[in-house]
Amino acid sequence: MASNKDSFGRTLFIVVGLCLICAIFVSTAAVLLRPTQAENKLLDKQKYILEAAGLIDTKAGKVTKAQILETYGKHIEAKLVNLKTGDWVEGVDANTFDQRKAARDVKTSFVPENDIASVKRVSEDAVVYLVRDDQGKLTSVILPVHGYGLWSTMYAFLALDADLNTIQSLVYYEHGETPGLGGEVQNAQWKAKWHGKKLFDEQGNIAISVTKNPAVASTEYGVDALSGATLTSNGVQHSLTFWLGKEGFASFIEKARNGGLS
Amino acid sequence: MSDAKELKQVLTGPIVNNNPIALQVLGVCSALAVTSKLETALVMALALTAVTAFSNLFISMIRNHIPSSVRIIVQMTIIASLVIVVDQLLQAYAYQISKQLSVFVGLIITNCIVMGRAEAYAMKTPPMMSFMDGIGNGLGYGAILLAVGFVRELFGNGSLFGVQILHKISDGGWYQPNGLLLLPPSAFFLIGMLIWIIRTYKPEQVEAKG
Repeated sequence: MASNKDSFGRTLFIVVGLCLICAIFVSTAAVLLRPTQAENKLLDKQKYILEAAGLIDTKAGKVTKAQILETYGKHIEAKLVNLKTGDWVEGVDANTFDQRKAARDVKTSFVPENDIASVKRVSEDAVVYLVRDDQGKLTSVILPVHGYGLWSTMYAFLALDADLNTIQSLVYYEHGETPGLGGEVQNAQWKAKWHGKKLFDEQGNIAISVTKNPAVASTEYGVDALSGATLTSNGVQHSLTFWLGKEGFASFIEKARNGGLS
Repeated sequence: MSDAKELKQVLTGPIVNNNPIALQVLGVCSALAVTSKLETALVMALALTAVTAFSNLFISMIRNHIPSSVRIIVQMTIIASLVIVVDQLLQAYAYQISKQLSVFVGLIITNCIVMGRAEAYAMKTPPMMSFMDGIGNGLGYGAILLAVGFVRELFGNGSLFGVQILHKISDGGWYQPNGLLLLPPSAFFLIGMLIWIIRTYKPEQVEAKG
């Protein structure tokens, strides 16, 4: 028996058979669970949008699924905007629009000329989220921004007041920076520093700066950089500069200020 | 009766007498990484228990058919498949926790405890006993993880399972948390101390000098 078990044909048979069974097992699990996972991902994203809008307090404990869905449905409206013209794009459901997929597709994206945030390709259309209060009045606008830090592309939601200048919050929801150093972009105390800062100076130039200089950090345009995370801090700065610039949301912000949102 | 006794030995032995972390010093990497909170420690312990138990079960079921020349690869294939399924399940039903555990669920594949039990026990023992051995070793791993997680979360963050017990100064309370405990190296000290305590209590675990 022993020699039989270790024969060449038998070995091959066992290995191939086992691989086949394992492959079926793994792929069945992956396919069956995919819808639930996709739902979780969406819910997670909506949670961060609500956090950026200040509608839920993630520190106060667990937020239930029903709470997220209800608050999101009531207060948040996702809309698609064309980055070049700054106009709304109609006829596409912004809730199901996959911006990352669009950014990879040559037909629906462009290569930025001044790619300071290392985003490589930018989708021509971008999703923005409009936040309204119970009376339907616009309270804030959330712009998704991303850019390269030290190790990874960091994704965040930038929530602005209706004047599109005052920052409400900057919430990072996906990154691969060093925990404890660059990972502190998610630190509640650091996030609180963004509240009330201004993006543009009176001439309309981008003035916000993530800085090590305490004199600048104490002004309304400065935010103290993360200690021990210079490159991550630079990445945050570059992400903002890029997305507020010409190849980012500049035309949209311009149009929105002139009453395009009402 | 001897069966029941043996079963008990297989299930509870690894908790103190033959603990995979404290005595064999296996699987320490993940024990450092996931014990800053009790919740992640518990989920990691459950995931590892499930993987060890089922990999032991399946490997033991086909142990008489596994060609000895490729046995490690066969074991790895089974373990890896189970780990992927566990990871997928976590992503589907415990998304937040799976985000925190991130890469460490995937790294169960390389956890020496799983591999060690498969090679040392499941290859020679019938399926039911192997399954119980997997559960037992998972419990032993879990016991250490929870003990370390308890100390780290309570004194590092003032909470247990996310419920605030000691009120931190930063939130207007009185407790100054020990930040070191939230960093992985603190688990080294804690595991070292646990090993010290266990070996003082059971001197037969001390390795012979020389």
